[in-house]
Amino acid sequence: MGARSGIRHALWIAWKDLLDISRNRMGLVMLILMPLFMMGMVGYIFPSNSGMSHVPVALANLDAAQGNTSLSTQFVAQLEALNNKTGMMDFSTVGSAADVKSNIQNGQQSAGIIIGSNFTSNLQTGKQADVTIVNDQSNPQTASLIQTELTQVIQQMGTQTATYGLNQTYKTPLNYSLAQVAPYNVQTTGIVPGQTNYFEFVAPGIMGMVVMMSLMTGLPHAISFEREVGTLDGMLAAPVHRMSILGGKVIAQTTRGMMQGIIVLMLSIVLFGVVVQGSIALILGILLLGVFSLVGLGILITSFTSTEETATMIMMTLTFPMMFLSGVFFPISQMPQFMQVIAQFLPLTYTISALRQVVVLGVGVQAISRDIFILFGFGIVLLSAALLAFERAMKR
Amino acid sequence: MNDVAIKATNLVKKFGDFVAVDHLSFEVNKGEIFGFLGPNGAGKTTTIRMLCTLSSPTEGSATVAGFDIAHQGNRVREHIGLVSEKMIMYDRLTAHENLRLFGELYDIPRDALRERIDELLQVVNMEKWADHQIGTFSTGMKQRINVIRALLNEPEILFLDEPTLGLDPQSTNEIRDFARSINDDAGTTIILTTHAMAEADMLCDRISIVDYGKIVALDTPSNLKKVITGADTNVIELNVPNITQTLVSDIQSLSCTQTVTVEDETHIRVHASGDEACDNVIDTVRSGAGQIRSIHNVEPTLEDVFLYLTGHKVREQVADKVTTKEPSSRHGASVRSRIR
Repeated sequence: MGARSGIRHALWIAWKDLLDISRNRMGLVMLILMPLFMMGMVGYIFPSNSGMSHVPVALANLDAAQGNTSLSTQFVAQLEALNNKTGMMDFSTVGSAADVKSNIQNGQQSAGIIIGSNFTSNLQTGKQADVTIVNDQSNPQTASLIQTELTQVIQQMGTQTATYGLNQTYKTPLNYSLAQVAPYNVQTTGIVPGQTNYFEFVAPGIMGMVVMMSLMTGLPHAISFEREVGTLDGMLAAPVHRMSILGGKVIAQTTRGMMQGIIVLMLSIVLFGVVVQGSIALILGILLLGVFSLVGLGILITSFTSTEETATMIMMTLTFPMMFLSGVFFPISQMPQFMQVIAQFLPLTYTISALRQVVVLGVGVQAISRDIFILFGFGIVLLSAALLAFERAMKR
Repeated sequence: MNDVAIKATNLVKKFGDFVAVDHLSFEVNKGEIFGFLGPNGAGKTTTIRMLCTLSSPTEGSATVAGFDIAHQGNRVREHIGLVSEKMIMYDRLTAHENLRLFGELYDIPRDALRERIDELLQVVNMEKWADHQIGTFSTGMKQRINVIRALLNEPEILFLDEPTLGLDPQSTNEIRDFARSINDDAGTTIILTTHAMAEADMLCDRISIVDYGKIVALDTPSNLKKVITGADTNVIELNVPNITQTLVSDIQSLSCTQTVTVEDETHIRVHASGDEACDNVIDTVRSGAGQIRSIHNVEPTLEDVFLYLTGHKVREQVADKVTTKEPSSRHGASVRSRIR
């Protein structure tokens, strides 16, 4: 039996599997819905600066001086004027610090600002005035964002006030005064033009993850299921090489996984405004390489388990931590040290890192050659082990 | 050697400590229908799986169509067809697509394959269903496609593993007739496993009765039945409407009685030897206040042969309804020597 007929057999088996998949309507719907849910969920669940608007904030002005002479009234007016431009917060005035606290506790507001009782007098007597930002500790994500935002706004207001004060008191020109008050002008810029959002970070990760998941759950299912219902015997009792059967299954599952990956890519671009900086062909190439790096693991598990149920269970147990540790949702560098070590042993880590560099930073093959090399290594080691195990398992 | 389709020598298959097939040796001649008869778990399917190269023997060897199952697996596979207990069909593919797939796996040239599929579909009267998905078929229809799938490569040897299990009577008859005609027309050697005695009796040229992984007896159906009559054993069927446990044990304690089987609420089947057997049984029942509605001295069936040889019925692996006086192995041993 030559290699040509072996490949032909594999293609026929893949044809059969894909035909089977394409006729499973419910399965097809899920094929499209799954990545859509994934993107939507992950994209919206994690708050980002650009995504925050109309966050309810309690404002308590406890300043003793009220009315025309009050500097706090000016402060509040300035704050509201600035906020009106971005629409980020909705202020509502409350009477006391206790009200701020209770409003946050019962969920009416997400944060609070308390203006100290000596606000005006402190300023007038040459002291610093107190402004307290109250955080909702039950929602650390939002809390840190609001805190950053408010601190920035208030600091900006302080700078303006100081600049104006200098100008008034010493008659220094306005731009000179600004340089005195805030000598450093900090600006941030990315490697690629435009603003990146969380989707751009997460889309490559989800793409990698969906393709992997599809393969890792699909392959054991495809093989164990056929073994259980007995159809695998039909192929095994025909003059077909074991590798053709395996090859056919891998081709079919890879095709399915790649299709899902492409769906994620299209959804990211069309629905979530992700701008792909690198080449699409390179992205698909990395996805295929990612499949290659993991396919051995899928075959290994299929070989060692006799029923579909156990195979699926083991797959779930393995893919779940893999998903979180390989940097799909959070950058690996933010993880604790020991988890970073584990992450280094997961092929998915390298797939996602390479994908992210191509999608977000638009790099070429050279920049990710290390990832490519490592993925090849994983693939060859796992696949060699898997083929040995599969050959033995088929003879049980 | 040329007349031998399958030759098995001391085949053993163990699953851990469990011995599923225990030193089986047998030969199947070309062109015959050879039956494996035995209860579930007797090792029939395991034997078939080894012969089809789906599982490798723990010990022993076998040649199928002249090729060694251990070393020439692919040559073996080219010459066999398999209808296993579970259907080898993909539900979401049409009948034609299923047949096409397997034909391609056997490397049948495209034109020849198309003709072969049409021809086979016609034989089983399924041409008009060719483009319907298998999942929409009844079990009988599925099995018809399943059987012709095994015939695509014109196999020398066809394995039929419980081909009529779970089929309605009509489909069962169709499949049996079909098996017969494949054997008659193409001279295909057929290996049939079944636990339906009537099926084995009807189809097989020779039958090997297997129990606990061993061949208990191997002969033609009629010779197997002679084991009982030749041993001067009568098969007596009584219709007694008021069977009691005491009645059964009374019959059992007769010196002429070998086994007593309670068939249902009103029927007892007794294996007894000697000229007075019938008299003795009747006397025992009457004195035990049992009414005898009818009594027959019946022709032994394969079921009786199996019971006689193994001491238990085919369908019940735990022989709780059968009371045996002598250890069954003695029967088995003595009979086997007589058969040879």
